[in-house]
Amino acid sequence: MPVDGGAMTDPVAGDPLVAVEGLAKAFDVSAPWLDRTLGGEGRRLLRAVADVSFTIGRGETFALVGESGSGKSTIARLVVGLIEADRGTVTIDGVAIGRVSMGRASRALKTLRRRMQMIFQDPFASLNPRMRVDAIVGEPMRAFGLARGRRRRERVAALLTAVGLDPLDGRRFPHEFSGGQRQRISIARALASEPLFLVCDEPTSALDVSVQAQILNLLKDLQAERGLTFLFISHNLAVVQHMADRVGVLYLGRLVEVAPVETVFVAPLHPYTRMLLDAVPDLSMSSRDRLRATGEIANPIDPPPGCAFHPRCPLADTRCRTEPPHLLAAGSGFVACHAVAEGRAAL
Amino acid sequence: MTPVLRVTNLRVSFPTRRGVLTAVDGVSFEIAAGEVLGVVGESGAGKSLTGAAVIGLVDLPGRLAGGEVHLAGERIDILSEAEMRKVRGRRIGMIFQDPLTSLDPLKTIGQQLTETIRTHLPLGRRAARRRAVELLEEVGIPAAAQRIDAYPHAFSGGMRQRVVIALALAAEPALVIADEPTTALDVSVQAQIIAVLKRMCREHGAAVMLITHDMGVIAETADRVAVMYAGRIVEVGPVADVVRRPLHPYTAGLMAAIPSLAHRTERLAQIPGAMPRLDAIPRGCAFHPRCAEAFAKCVLARPEPAVVGASRVACFLHEAAPEPALATT
Repeated sequence: MPVDGGAMTDPVAGDPLVAVEGLAKAFDVSAPWLDRTLGGEGRRLLRAVADVSFTIGRGETFALVGESGSGKSTIARLVVGLIEADRGTVTIDGVAIGRVSMGRASRALKTLRRRMQMIFQDPFASLNPRMRVDAIVGEPMRAFGLARGRRRRERVAALLTAVGLDPLDGRRFPHEFSGGQRQRISIARALASEPLFLVCDEPTSALDVSVQAQILNLLKDLQAERGLTFLFISHNLAVVQHMADRVGVLYLGRLVEVAPVETVFVAPLHPYTRMLLDAVPDLSMSSRDRLRATGEIANPIDPPPGCAFHPRCPLADTRCRTEPPHLLAAGSGFVACHAVAEGRAAL
Repeated sequence: MTPVLRVTNLRVSFPTRRGVLTAVDGVSFEIAAGEVLGVVGESGAGKSLTGAAVIGLVDLPGRLAGGEVHLAGERIDILSEAEMRKVRGRRIGMIFQDPLTSLDPLKTIGQQLTETIRTHLPLGRRAARRRAVELLEEVGIPAAAQRIDAYPHAFSGGMRQRVVIALALAAEPALVIADEPTTALDVSVQAQIIAVLKRMCREHGAAVMLITHDMGVIAETADRVAVMYAGRIVEVGPVADVVRRPLHPYTAGLMAAIPSLAHRTERLAQIPGAMPRLDAIPRGCAFHPRCAEAFAKCVLARPEPAVVGASRVACFLHEAAPEPALATT
């Protein structure tokens, strides 16, 4: 795996392929206008993502982990421009995915779109049931004008082979395939426009473990062959540990820890990361000395003041309850925790 | 000692236009009092259907096509629907994946708990309410005496599942069937729910059938584990044996395919192919097309479970010795 030493330790150094800076997104979840007026209520905003910054080096796999409501899927959609950010910028290969992404796209952005693709969680919902597999996989080539006629058919066949399917499968419809095979079709489609950057949003969460292993191995092989860069999103810590070079841990829309995979799983610093790791049931069955998980993720419409994790944190003090912490360099990564910064977090 | 649950040669089938499909095919197992049996398998293995068959809740057109289910020595698969309704709730508690669908949104959790308690136990209104508060305290609902009059929507997912556990145990059942009880929950909540479930069943002496696809949950919760594949149990044994020294090639493949936090590997072991569909279960051993160790016999005949150590395994690599050992499982 190509490892850029600079990018591993310092997210802003080197020449990253992807740079995300100060990203924020809130969704309006207010009641309808009339109800609001009659009830005398104000608008209610769900702050899904708040001030998130990270970079991804070329050929690197950066993973985002978090529980439901942590904002990981929102970040995936913001990064590829499926939804628009309220604040902040996403730059991929030097081109900003800015506000233009919704309307008229610049020539640079059009080229860039071809260079990034997304793989979704549900292989049953993300393939058009009325299209044959060869049309699905050939669609990006058609849309970007990359290949036509016999050349397109040959490339579709090559892609199906690359993801472990038979070129003859191209004549069939998605419903004829199992979940794992459908995810292979999604991957073939994503690769059709020869992307540099792939966003994988929970690509194996809907699959059984034996099939999950096949898909994870396939993604790793394709990355090594084609030098792909991955933004890998998952709630499954073991899967993330298997796939990632660097990991960002999200809690209620904010990054609480960013560190190389070797350290975040061995010596996690943020109390939330530690709690999350301790909570994962593992095959080793060791009766580990656990930091018992307590409480549940708070409501993102009304997050706790200060550090959003403080109601569940054993180390919380007055400062944690009032002042939100910022990501600061700690160890080989970055941590947003007053206790870590003040040296109160000794294990 | 009579086991709490004894299932013998259970078969569940679905008649279709193209013939009868057998989704659970000759499943046998026992669960002793206070024991947690994990039933694990991938989608389509028949694990949830086995649980549904035990409580007589197989959805039409599926039907119980054979076998026996004994609860504390009494045969229950032949009971009428009215009799079975008394068994469910009173003697068998149930916990399902989604706590929202297991709770009535129009009744307070106190109403639901006291109703369950009074249906099954000879308690008055006040005594039932006291019992309900105790149960809520036991499952870790803070300020139970106040929150008992709240509706399910006022609780978070993890708290709702705690309420469901309290409901399942309200009538002191001998057996609890938990089907994917933590699958809809986040990991940090899952750990808490598993701990509550384990403690409650131990304290109440209930036998537990824990159905899940998550081997990690089984490893941390179960005493014994049954691994299902294509409608049959391929291996059943003490959880430490099955996880650390799996005998069946499918179990071994499954364990190796699970990414572990404890040790990072460059590549995961993978089993080729996928679970067969019900209308295309291979002849012989259903696993043989995906098995690296399959030989001629595996294609022709179906292996029957044989006793190996403390486990039973259905695989021709582990055939019973000619003289059956006097092992007891």
